[in-house]
Amino acid sequence: MEELFTISVYTENNPGLLNRIATIFLKRHINIESLNVSRSEIENVHRFTIVARMKELAVKKLVGQIEKQIEVIKAYYHTDDEIIFHETALYKMASSLLFEQREIQNVIKNSSANIVTVDPEFFVIEKTGRRKDTEELYDQLEPYGIMQFVRSGRISVSKTEMNISTLLDKLK
Amino acid sequence: MENSTNTNPTERISGAEAVVRSLLREGADLAYGYPGGAIMPIYDELYKYQDKLQHVLTRHEQGAIHAAQGFARVSGKVGVCLATSGPGATNLITGIADAQIDSTPLVCITGQVASHLLGTDAFQETDVISISAPVTKWNIQVTRSEDIPAAIAKAFYIAKSGRPGPVLIDITKDAQLGDLDYSYDKCTSVRSYKPVPKTDIEQVKAAAELINSAKKPFIVFGQGVILGEAEAEFKAFIEKAGIPSAWTVLGLSALPTEHYLNVGMVGMHGHYGPNKLTNECDVLIAVGMRFDDRVTGSLNTYAKQAKVVHFEIDPAEVDKNVKADVAVLGDSKDTLGKILPFINENKHDAWHNEFKKHWETEVEAVIDPQLNPTKEGLTMGEVINQVNKETHGDAIIVSDVGQHQMFTVRYADFTKTRSNVTSGGLGTMGFALPAAIGAKMGAPEREVVAYIGDGGYQMTCQELGTILQTGVAVKIVVLNNEYLGMVRQWQQLFFDKRYASTTMVNPDFIKLAEAYDIQAQKVSKREDLAGAVKEMIASDKSYFLEVMIEKEDNVFPMVPTGACVSEVRLS
Repeated sequence: MEELFTISVYTENNPGLLNRIATIFLKRHINIESLNVSRSEIENVHRFTIVARMKELAVKKLVGQIEKQIEVIKAYYHTDDEIIFHETALYKMASSLLFEQREIQNVIKNSSANIVTVDPEFFVIEKTGRRKDTEELYDQLEPYGIMQFVRSGRISVSKTEMNISTLLDKLK
Repeated sequence: MENSTNTNPTERISGAEAVVRSLLREGADLAYGYPGGAIMPIYDELYKYQDKLQHVLTRHEQGAIHAAQGFARVSGKVGVCLATSGPGATNLITGIADAQIDSTPLVCITGQVASHLLGTDAFQETDVISISAPVTKWNIQVTRSEDIPAAIAKAFYIAKSGRPGPVLIDITKDAQLGDLDYSYDKCTSVRSYKPVPKTDIEQVKAAAELINSAKKPFIVFGQGVILGEAEAEFKAFIEKAGIPSAWTVLGLSALPTEHYLNVGMVGMHGHYGPNKLTNECDVLIAVGMRFDDRVTGSLNTYAKQAKVVHFEIDPAEVDKNVKADVAVLGDSKDTLGKILPFINENKHDAWHNEFKKHWETEVEAVIDPQLNPTKEGLTMGEVINQVNKETHGDAIIVSDVGQHQMFTVRYADFTKTRSNVTSGGLGTMGFALPAAIGAKMGAPEREVVAYIGDGGYQMTCQELGTILQTGVAVKIVVLNNEYLGMVRQWQQLFFDKRYASTTMVNPDFIKLAEAYDIQAQKVSKREDLAGAVKEMIASDKSYFLEVMIEKEDNVFPMVPTGACVSEVRLS
């Protein structure tokens, strides 16, 4: 059965690596649902967070191929119940709505979203949470007219330890 | 992020000179290549260092890389090749892909346009880093002169350590022309890269227990035995355990043909017994092989009755195609050495008799008609057998891709390891002629015989020019059936004899060879074969032998694509 997996990849900083990792998915016709790259808890070690849907046997092999890349330190895969994860969404709306459609203020308040900036022309709402939370807010705001919408890739931390620091110590 | 040793005093030299000196520091005294605009500074240095580093000018970059592959496969050293940017670099790609899938250590150096031109679609600019990423073990673009020595050191370390493979270094022209303070430190580790996984002794013991308890154990070995230089350990292991052992195409020559435990080849055109009995063994022991689809046929019916033990250096290969009950990770020399004390002495006579029975069936149905044909046309098998008689199995045998390749691996005799050079995983037609040139240079004291079909020969026959220029003594045997024989065989069997684009109208190959000053002979009749082969092997120069073969001969046994290995057909 296909499941949603979150793959965390700890790597050296190498510009070619994104290409190599993407190719591993492409070759197997696995669609990347979201991808995020950031620094990690270790200096000079980057962290890819990739979300994709496949069977567990497939993700196991895929992680094996990712780990085979020279500059990949370690890769892990997790199901949703093994991680804490979030996405962030931004909604750009017309500022006039705040005065003409007062109930929009309640929508924002009830969804515990934040207003990150207010400009004479527009204001920007930020909502962090699970996919259904950002979708729900989208549905509520849509009738008012969303000028722009964007959602980040998933970021996650695992409930269990990922022994990267000790692994690096051992490799030294 | 890399550890290194041997720090040396520095000296101010150009990036291009640093390339050549770094190659020399890695023990590379031979490189294959083709010059062009973006790599000219390096060629200028090669001119200066020509007494220390021999550069072989091939006639095409594909020739250069296949030659480097042939060199690496027979010598165990890293093959080096050079090409310019753009088309020079892209012409290497087929060989890089071939080396990647067949785990051949190569360092490829390509020139690149100056760094200020990168991304401008400059003349002969190609993004070779992106193009080569999926088919290299590692690659890097160097845009600063001072980064050259470390890149080369890391490249050699990665190419040859663990499961070997090709690496590519793309060096911009300005990095070649600029100066640096040169010192060379060999690379000894890369923190994110673990070439050899740690062997778990408990897995070794578990494997030994399974092997000792087996009534019908069967070994399939691949190139991992050769790459791990584990031939002696492998032989000791199979002899103590008394296990019939079959090889994959790339495992061939790790065990001498005449060894009493050598039962032949597995896979699509493998021997009858090994394929049939794969589905009767109780423990299947895979050593340094990766269960390629040409080996397994349908995975749904492959050795389902057997427990599987997998000796493997690359963790990503374990459970990739066939689930292992016990996986022994590590270097084959090490793991096979470690398991030996835990192995009980055994003979398995009754089990061996089953292989013998199947062998006799195959001799009668396939091998005897191939080696002692009663029909008029010559067979590929009898040509190869004739060469065996002259070389006594001591030659390095290079083959191209197609029917003749399968006949070669089935019928050529081997007494020494690292003697079978062929394009296994990628199946690259045109591989053999340049690979034979490299093989001869990698083992100059050995006889090198290349078997090539009339199709593949014409893909890279421009390399006759390389033979002319270097005087390298390779023996070329073109087995000419005036067809792209393997495709024609499939058209006959699976496409109702519709021979679409497989008929070859060929040139006069003798004139072609003679144009390159290579002694040449054509054989069309059986009675002329022995004399011609004798003359070819006796020659101390390169020699071209064309043998006209029965046009519509087929390779058997055969496991059709997607069929079960035990459904192997004899006709």
